[in-house]
Amino acid sequence: MPQIEVRGLAKTFRVAERLPGLAGAFRGLFHRRMRDVHALDGIDFDIERGELVGYIGPNGAGKSTTIKILAGILNPTSGTCRVDGLTPWRDRRRHVSRIGVVFGQRTQLWWDLPVIESFDLLRDIYRVPPATYRDNRDRLIALMDLEPLLDVPVRQLSLGQRMRSDLAAALLHGPSLLFLDEPTIGLDAVSKLAIRDFVRELNRDRQVTVLLTTHDMDDIEALCDRVMVIGNGRILADGSVDGLRRRVRNERVLVVDYDSASEAAMLAAEGEGVRLVERDASRVRIAFDPERLPAATLIGKLLAQGTPHDLFIEHPPIEQTVAELYAEHDMRER
Amino acid sequence: MNAAALLLRYLSISLRGQLQYRASFLMAALGNLLNCLIELAGIWVLFDRFGTLSGWSFAEVAMFCGAVNATYAIGELLATGFDQFGTLYVKTGDFDRLLLRPRSTVLQLAGHELSLRRLGRLLPGLVIVGAAWAALEIPLEADRVGLLAFAMAGGVAFFFALMVLQATMCFWTTESLELMNILTYGGVETASYPLPIYHRLFRRFFTFVVPLACIGYFPIVAVLGVDDPLGTSPMFQAAAPLAGFAFLGVAMGVWQLGVRRYTSTGS
Repeated sequence: MPQIEVRGLAKTFRVAERLPGLAGAFRGLFHRRMRDVHALDGIDFDIERGELVGYIGPNGAGKSTTIKILAGILNPTSGTCRVDGLTPWRDRRRHVSRIGVVFGQRTQLWWDLPVIESFDLLRDIYRVPPATYRDNRDRLIALMDLEPLLDVPVRQLSLGQRMRSDLAAALLHGPSLLFLDEPTIGLDAVSKLAIRDFVRELNRDRQVTVLLTTHDMDDIEALCDRVMVIGNGRILADGSVDGLRRRVRNERVLVVDYDSASEAAMLAAEGEGVRLVERDASRVRIAFDPERLPAATLIGKLLAQGTPHDLFIEHPPIEQTVAELYAEHDMRER
Repeated sequence: MNAAALLLRYLSISLRGQLQYRASFLMAALGNLLNCLIELAGIWVLFDRFGTLSGWSFAEVAMFCGAVNATYAIGELLATGFDQFGTLYVKTGDFDRLLLRPRSTVLQLAGHELSLRRLGRLLPGLVIVGAAWAALEIPLEADRVGLLAFAMAGGVAFFFALMVLQATMCFWTTESLELMNILTYGGVETASYPLPIYHRLFRRFFTFVVPLACIGYFPIVAVLGVDDPLGTSPMFQAAAPLAGFAFLGVAMGVWQLGVRRYTSTGS
């Protein structure tokens, strides 16, 4: 049985339409036009125990709404959702004692308390048995390198330090499921890597199921075997990162470097499944579809025309793939 | 850790935090103290001019005034999180954080802050009760003291409930409305005087709708050992503070409605 089972989940918000200007604001006091916003328009998915799933989509697509419903702090308008056999919003207290949630934009810690006191307080809130707590705490402090921060009040931490503390705090009670909502937002490169390493180990060594939302496609490439794309409240794609690429456009780029620009200029790159992307001094970039034209065949053809000093194959950046998917969907909508 | 122990944990953390800002704490406590004394001085001026208030002596009225101030102070002490709920939790969306923890939201908000400056109202309130007790030469009997304590406990529940209701409105309005101050500050003012001086409609309102008189006037009449000009029985007077707890029960129900609204609108 999957750990998370979501069927036909929909959420509609009623929002008041704002009229422009001060006069409009005054009119809004007396007469309001309400509008329905379909944040989630019937989504279905399963997540198995131990999966590490990326959940991406443009702003306002419904990512946070999904996470909030799964975390039990928002009721859906319709649809069902079972997490470890519980309906999150009906069994809120039992449900939240088994999960960990981290919001990148907002700390779960106490602003004025030193990190270690926040941890101790969480132990009491979650009723973590003393021995379990000591084990978890010491392990997390070592993994996230928190020792020097323990006596610092949370408000004095840098964003990266705060994020590491927040992650540790979300795991003190040993949840088997972790929701990460934009955990790397605004972080420097070093902190991002630390967070990624940590999440990967947590998933691999402790079999913690992770659902991760992010705008940083490097997070997805570095961590997730599976990615779900949401747009306009619907799941647009669900599968492996490679599968996503294939679905949108199955294209790779062969980069060929020559010793001189004249040699590069000589190269003819036309034919079935091949497209010249750019020719820049001594470098040529050729896009090709590996299913219609295998890389080896293409390279063979190029070598027949001259000897490059280097060549390598690039994946299109996942950003591009995702942007195309969003665009494709918007066109269908209109 | 059980709920009571956790509440104490929360509160001890809050205390330590406040003691770091000593000057601010002392000033605020002093402000509350002055507030309470000015209220008493106002009553005294009234009596100095008119002698008695439809048969009630200054010491008797001081008893009403001291008791309600002390009661209100304890209620407010425990309900600071509700008092600031709109700006601190709804507007910022921080209420999500409370919902993400496996504890009741009421417990977590009660533990938000133990606002020490409220001691500035609690201490003088208790001193006034003690002084009035001595001045009136009321015998120091267990049932009188017990009834006063019961009345105050009911009063704490009552004022806590008012703050919970005030906070509940924030689920609809986002910002705390000053509207409830009519019942909190206004209630303290009202309960500082004996109920019979008010109009009949007022008396009904403060007995049956918002049971302020049930945690102030009625039980204190029994403590004073005087006949109630309104003709209530000693039995009723002794049981009246239960209304404070019932009022709290209603407020908890309304609070749950508010939480349900929050979890379906997400804001």
